[in-house]
Amino acid sequence: MFSFINYRLGLFLAIRQVRRASLWTNALIIVVMTLTFLNLVVVSGILVGLIQGAVDAVKVEYTSDIFISTLKGENYIENSPDVISILDKDSRIEAFSPRYLQSARLEADYKLQHEDKENKNAISASVAGINPIAEDNVSGISDILIEGSYLEPGDYDQVLLGSYLTKQYFPIESSVFNTLDNVSAGTKIRMTINGNVREVIVKGITKSKVDETNMRVYMNDTQLRTLIGRDDYNVNEIAIKLKPGINPDNFRDSLVAQGIGQVARVQTFVDAEPKFIKDMITTFSILGNIFSSLGLIVAAITIFIVIFINAITRRKFIGILKGIGISGRAIELSYIFQSVFYAIIGSALGLAIVYGGLVPYLDAHPINFPFSDGILVAPIMSSLLRLSLLVVSTIIAGYLPARMIVRKNTLDSILGRN
Amino acid sequence: MIEVKNLKRNFQDGEREVTVLKGIDLRVETGEFVAIMGRSGAGKSTLMYQMSLLDEPTSGEIYIDEKNVHDMGAEAKTKFRLEKLGYVFQDYALIPDLTAIENVAVPLLMTGMSKKSAYKIATEALVKVDLGDHLHQLQSQLSGGEQQRASIARAIAHKPNILFADEPTANLDNESSRVIMDIFLTLHQAGQTIVMVTHEEPYGKLAQKIIRIDDGQITKIEEN
Repeated sequence: MFSFINYRLGLFLAIRQVRRASLWTNALIIVVMTLTFLNLVVVSGILVGLIQGAVDAVKVEYTSDIFISTLKGENYIENSPDVISILDKDSRIEAFSPRYLQSARLEADYKLQHEDKENKNAISASVAGINPIAEDNVSGISDILIEGSYLEPGDYDQVLLGSYLTKQYFPIESSVFNTLDNVSAGTKIRMTINGNVREVIVKGITKSKVDETNMRVYMNDTQLRTLIGRDDYNVNEIAIKLKPGINPDNFRDSLVAQGIGQVARVQTFVDAEPKFIKDMITTFSILGNIFSSLGLIVAAITIFIVIFINAITRRKFIGILKGIGISGRAIELSYIFQSVFYAIIGSALGLAIVYGGLVPYLDAHPINFPFSDGILVAPIMSSLLRLSLLVVSTIIAGYLPARMIVRKNTLDSILGRN
Repeated sequence: MIEVKNLKRNFQDGEREVTVLKGIDLRVETGEFVAIMGRSGAGKSTLMYQMSLLDEPTSGEIYIDEKNVHDMGAEAKTKFRLEKLGYVFQDYALIPDLTAIENVAVPLLMTGMSKKSAYKIATEALVKVDLGDHLHQLQSQLSGGEQQRASIARAIAHKPNILFADEPTANLDNESSRVIMDIFLTLHQAGQTIVMVTHEEPYGKLAQKIIRIDDGQITKIEEN
C-alpha cells in the first residue's frame, strides 16, 4: 500500500499541516529537535574533544609526530650522533629536538638552612638538556611560559621549571610528591646532579597540559652534558616534527628500516600516547555512545509525544479523511513526513550551530581542563550518521502514534467516541 | 442502487447490549432522493452509517449496485467509499489545514488524478455550489453555510454513485438550509442518488421518498 499516490497525498497533507500550523508550535518543535541534535553531537563531541585536547597537547608539547626514546634497560640511545645524522639529512623533517635526561635534586631556600639539617624545601626532578632553539621549533615551549623568559643558547646556569615543581602553581600537600616553595622567576636554587652541585637561576616557569613537561627542569644541553659527563653525545629522547602531509606511520617504518629501531624505540605520537589516555579514549567513547543513545531515545520520545498529541487532537479529521476514502497509509505518511521535516530542519540548524559556531569558537577558545584544552570534535561523517539515526528514530516515533490513531474505527474517530 | 436486508446493529452499553437497528429491509433505487426521518435516537443516523460503509452492522446484508459490501475488508471499503460514495456530514467536516479547493481536491488526488486536473474539477465543483470566490479560503474563513457547501462540493466532485448526507442543515440558519436543499434538488434532478438523514420535516418533504424510522425499525415509507 506504499504506493506513489499514498506518498504524494501524504506529502500534500503534511506540507499544508506544517505550513498552516502555529508559527510558535513549529518553532518550538524545531528548537526541541535542534537541541536534541546538539545533545547528540555536542555532548559526545566534547567528551571526545577533551581527550583529543590531551592527545594534541602530548603531541605538540612532548612527543611531536615521532618520538625516539631509549630501549628498555638502556640509559640512553646508543650511537645517537649517527641517528641525529640520519635525521639531519631527512627532508621530511621540519625540526627535531634531541633531549638529554638526568635526575637531579633541587633545593630552594638552601641558604637559610643549617648545614647539618636536611633541607625540607627540596625535591627530586628530571632535568632535560635541550637546544633551546631546536626544542622551541618542535614543541613551542616558549609559548607555555607563565613566568620569566625562555632560555637562550648562551644561557649559563639558568633553568626553566615545570609548574608542577613549584608550590605556587601546584599547591599539593603530599608525603610522596613534593614541590619547591618560595620559587619564582629569578629565584636562585641549588641543583645537584651526579654529585655535582650548581647554583642556578630560575629563568622561567612553564605550564603545560602534559604532566611530563610540567615535571621537568629544562636547561641548555651543553651544560647538562658537562654536568653528567655525557661526552659521547648520546641523548635520551628525540622528538621529531614532520613536515605537513608526511604520514607518521610511514616515517616511523622508514626509520626502523634504517636500523634506528636497533638502538632506540621509534614511535609515532599515537604509539607514544600514555596508557591512561588510551584508556580514557576507550572509556569516553563508550560514554559518548551511551549519551548519544540516550539522546536518540529522548529525541524519539519527544517526537512521539509531539506527533501523538498532534494526531490525537486531529483524530476527528483523520476519521473524516478515512471516511471520504483517503487511505490510512497516506495519512500515516503525512505524519511521517512532518516528523522528518522537523528532524531535518532541527538537525540542519544544529549542523549550522555546530560547524558555524561551536567548532570554530572552541577551536579558538578551548575549554580549559587541567590536562587538556578541550575542543569540540565533530567529524562531519559522524554528525551525518547521527543525523541519519535521528531521522530514522523520528520516522519510527512519528509513525507509531499516527498508526495508533489511524487504526481506530473510522466512525468512532469522526464522532469522537472512544 | 442500495439494497438492505435484515440489517441489525447492536451496541454495548456497559454490560447491557442495546439493539439500535432491529432488522431493517429497504431499497433505494438509482437516481432516487430518499430522506430517512425519525426522532432523536430512532436509529436513522446509525442506518445511514451502515449503508455508507462507515460502520459494521452486527448482521444483515447490504448490496450497493448489486455488490455485497459486507465481506469487503477495511482497505477495500475505503477504496469503495472513495470511488462510489460521497458524504456530507452534519458539522461540515472540512479539514482545517486545507483551503476550500484543497479540501475538495484531496479525494480526487487519492484517485490518482494529477494535481492540475484535481484542482480543475475541484474548482468546477465549488463554482457549482456558488463558492467560486472562496477557493483559497480556509475553513475558519468560511461561514457555516459556506462550509457546508464546500463539503457538498467535496462529496460530489468525484461524481459518486450515491451521495449520503447526515443532517446537512442541522447547524444552519433557514436561509443557508434552503440553499443547501436547493443544491440537493438540483443534483437530484441531474440524476444523483441521494440518501439524506434529517429530522426537519419541511426538508424531508423535498425528497422523493421518506423512510420513517422509530425504535430501530421502519415504520412507514412515504412517496412524495
